[in-house]
Order: sequence, then C-alpha cells, then structure tokens
Amino acid sequence: MEIFGIPSPAFFGQLLLGLINGSFYAILSLGLAIIFGLLNIINFAHGAQYMVGAFVAWMALTWLGIGYWWSLILSPLAVGAVAVVIERTMLRHLYKLDHLYGLLLTFGLALVAEGVFKNYFGVSGSSYEVPELLQGGINLGFMYLPIYRAWVVVAAMAVCFSAWYAIERTSLGATLRAATQRPDLVQALGINVPVLLTATYAVGAALAAFAGVLAAPIMQVNPVMGSNLIIVVFAVVVIGGMGSILGSILTGLGLGVVEGLTKVFYPEASAVVIFVVMVLVLLVKPAGLFGKQA
Amino acid sequence: MTERQRTLWMFGGLIVVGCIAPFVLYPTFLMKVLCFALFACAFNLLLGFAGLLSFGHAAFFGGSAYITGYLCRDLGLSPELGLLAGAAFGGVLGALFGMLAIRREGIYFAMITLGLAQLVYFVAVQMPFTGGEDGMQGIPRGKLFGLVDMSDNIAMYFFVFAVFMGGFWLIHRTIHSPFGQILKAIRDNEPRATSLGYDVARFKLLAFVISASLAGLAGSMKSLVFQLASLADVHWHTSGQVVLMTLLGGLGTILGPVAGAITIVSLEDLLADKVGSWVTVIMGAIFVICVLLFRRGVVGEIGALFGKKPAAGPAGH
Repeated sequence: MEIFGIPSPAFFGQLLLGLINGSFYAILSLGLAIIFGLLNIINFAHGAQYMVGAFVAWMALTWLGIGYWWSLILSPLAVGAVAVVIERTMLRHLYKLDHLYGLLLTFGLALVAEGVFKNYFGVSGSSYEVPELLQGGINLGFMYLPIYRAWVVVAAMAVCFSAWYAIERTSLGATLRAATQRPDLVQALGINVPVLLTATYAVGAALAAFAGVLAAPIMQVNPVMGSNLIIVVFAVVVIGGMGSILGSILTGLGLGVVEGLTKVFYPEASAVVIFVVMVLVLLVKPAGLFGKQA
Repeated sequence: MTERQRTLWMFGGLIVVGCIAPFVLYPTFLMKVLCFALFACAFNLLLGFAGLLSFGHAAFFGGSAYITGYLCRDLGLSPELGLLAGAAFGGVLGALFGMLAIRREGIYFAMITLGLAQLVYFVAVQMPFTGGEDGMQGIPRGKLFGLVDMSDNIAMYFFVFAVFMGGFWLIHRTIHSPFGQILKAIRDNEPRATSLGYDVARFKLLAFVISASLAGLAGSMKSLVFQLASLADVHWHTSGQVVLMTLLGGLGTILGPVAGAITIVSLEDLLADKVGSWVTVIMGAIFVICVLLFRRGVVGEIGALFGKKPAAGPAGH
C-alpha cells in the first residue's frame, strides 16, 4: 500500500515520529506557558531541565538500579526540588526588572547545566533501555507500532490534559489565573503568592523533567538534547502565541506532525520547516495562532 | 570636562592604545578582540540603546563571514569589497529579520530572532559552498586595494583596527544624534514615544538594520583574520556570547561592549587549554553573576563609582 507515492509503513512511521516529537513540544511549551503566565519569565533553562530529567533517570538506573517507573516520579521531583532552590535564591530577585533579565539568567543556568553534564558524560550520549513492560510492538497491517512510542504519546497527552484541566477547571487553577492578573489582590485575599510562584516554577521544571524521562529510551541521553530542542520549542511558542494552555498543546502536536510529514516528502527541509512556519505565521498573525495580545 | 572633550579624549585614547597594542600583545589575539568588540558594540546599539534583545545576532555575524569568505575565496574579490559585501549582506538580512521581529516585543522579539537565526544556521549546514560541518577554510586575506599585502599580521591588524574605529565612530555618532535620542525615548517609554508622533516601528527597524550590518561587518572581518568561516559563527552560542560580552561590559555604555569583549576573549584564550569544556560552565556562571549582582556591567559600575548617572539598559524601571 502506498500513500502519495510513499510506502505506508514509512509514511505512518514518520507520522508517529512527528506525533512523538509533537508530544514533547507540547509538554515543554506547556511548561513554558505556565511559568511565563505567572512569573513573566521565559525559562531558557527549560531545555536543560528536560535534559537533567533524562540524566537523572539514566543515573538512577545505571548507578542505583532504580527502574523506569520510579524514575518517572523521582526525576521530576528531584528537578522540581532544584527548581525551588533556583526560584528562591535567584529568580525571585528579578521579578521587578525587565523580563529580559529572567531570560538571561536562565540562559546562564542552562549553560552551566549543559557544561557540567558535558564534563562528566561527554557529548556522545548514552542509551537507556526501554522498560520491559513496554518492549516489542504490534503489527497494525499498514505499519509496525512500537509499544513504547505509543505509550509516550499517550502519557504525554495525559499529562498535558491533566495540566489543562487543573488550570482551567479547578479552584487552584482559578487562583493561579487570578494571580497572573492581579497578584496584589490575590495576596490580599490571604493567598501566599510567593509560595505560589515557587510552586509554579517547580511544577514547570518537573514537567520538563517528566518529558526528559519519557524521552530517555527513544532519544540518546546526552547533554545537548535539551538545548537543541528548546529552540524549536521557542519557535512553537511564537507560532502558538502562548495565549492559552490548550493552544500550546495543540500547536505543539500539530507542528510535530508537520515536521514528521516534511521528513517524508522533503527530508532536506525537515530541520527548518518549523522556523519557516514561524515566519509565515508572523507575516499573517504576529500574535500567533492562539495569541491574545498583539 | 565637556561632552565634546570627553569624546575627544576617548577616541584619542583608543587610537593611542590601539597603535601601541600590536607591539606589546599578540596581534592575532588583538584582532580577535577587535572583531568581537565591534560585534558587541553593534549588538549594544540595539539592546542598550533601543531596548531590543536580539538572540539571533550570530546569523548576521556568521552569515556575513560566509558571504565574505565565498566572495574573496571563490570569486577572488579584494578584501575591502568583501567586507563591504558582508556588511551589506548583514544589513539586508537584518532588514528582513527586523521586519518580522519588531512586530512583537520583549521576549517574543528575542525568541523570534533566535528562531530566524536558526533558519540561517540550517541553511549554512546544507548549502554547498559553506563546507557544512568542516566550515569554509583557506579564505585569503588578499591585498588591500590591490596594494598592501595583508598576510602580514601587523598590516592586517591596522586594517582591522581602522575598520573597528570606523564602526565604533559610526555607533557613537548614531547614539549621539537625534535618531539616537529617539531610540532612547523608545527604550524608556515606547507608548510615550508613539504619542509624541514618532513612527516607532521604523526607528526600531532602522536601528536593527544598522546593528545587523555592523555585526555582519564584524563577522566578515573575522573570516578574513582567521581565514575561516564555520558553523560556530552562526551557532546560537555565538549569539549568547555577544549578549554576555555586552552585559558584562555594561549595557548602554559606549565602551562597555569593548571591555566585555576584551574580558571574554581573554578569558577564553586563557582558559581554553587549562579547563577544557569547563569554559561553558564558567561563561554560564558569569552570566548568572552579572544578572544577579552587577547588571550595570564593568563600565557601568565604574561610571557609578565616579558618581555619573548610570546609563541604564532595558533595566529596572
């Protein structure tokens, strides 16, 4: 069977790969949106947090024998804890300044993290076994579906939609949204806004780490995996507009698929297609697809 | 001292130091410093005086390095024409990027410039003439105006120094012109500048083009000095590096970027063989320290020490 002159296993394989990348874009741009919404900081360290998340899983398995499932919980907790320290000691002092300083500080932190991991682990990268339960695959007739890849898409989507639900449909989420609009008023209502800010940064970082653990078995665990990804995610954010949580998720997934399809039809352009889409969207809608303000 | 006297002293001092330096220090090192100093000054024109953080300046620096390399090596152009073409290329690319990026503000602007620069990076990876991963090697320094053989390091140095001083003077003139005043007004309060009747978008775009064109000139010069243009020049790490130089030296001060470039290039040269890949960690740490502890940068802090009103970048208002 062929689709547009492409053998169907190749076509659907790339489509799946696109969906997987899209899932990562979605989680990461969601985390960025959550942090940006409340802290007004573009978290350049997001890619590093994703990379550290993957490395914590790798170290837990290689050095301590702690498996994938525990890592899925422990790694985000560990990265979240570090994020608490970063927010308390550094980011906190920048809220009153121009937000460019937040971007520059987190950029510096990303360089430090990347440099430290490069020194200890080199740049070549290490592999991480797919957990036993998710090994193998299913032959769907038109393509072969590795179970782990299906799991990544499902798990990522579950996390994204839980985050969406928590923010848009619960009272905690309502408080959070209120605090992005009027922190002074929310503070006056007896809610501890500084704690809310710390928690938000920690949750955002933990989301990135979770994505890192998910990525560990399918991508090479290496120190630059985050910095390569984060720039694409920034483009995704520009395209989506960071106006809404749902917008981040949909844009992330959609662009992953666009990238996957480009790989099928015009492989040379697959690395740039997202940036080309960014240019086109900026020409037509400078605020982005889901952007609220111009 | 009047403003005019201060300016004369500054330029006089720079020229004297610049003329003595190659006989005291290694000229290649100095040329590297000058290339990056011009790059940082160009960047500072945008961030320090117009409040626009571009995270994609490597595209102009590296892109022009490739263009000059291609013109001088493959088409046999003379170095002065190569440099002009590089600066023109930076300007044109800057106009294109600027038109897209100035539609958004603040961090979106930063992310857009980063994304656009990444486009240039991927083009540089794939174009046939760039040499891909290996970079473009063996770019000839050539003969200046067909007369002066620039394979001599001292001759090359004085050429680079002259170009740097030209660029530096241009930036100084821009900042102290009415146009520069309007840029500062836009930086400090954009709605007010708009309400005064200024076409803010046009001024920002013009600043972006000047900055990009000078960044391109710096990159072109670098490709002639080292006879090499490589992917590292267009990589976003280079964009980050120029931000660091400017921040460390002092945002929005005229000499800050020069001080920043001297510090970073010296640090890198000193550390390169001693600490290896710890350089990234050190650079990152300097970034963090600058942002947290001395946002005015070296020159800004010294200025503050002598009681001068600090020239604030897009800082705490």
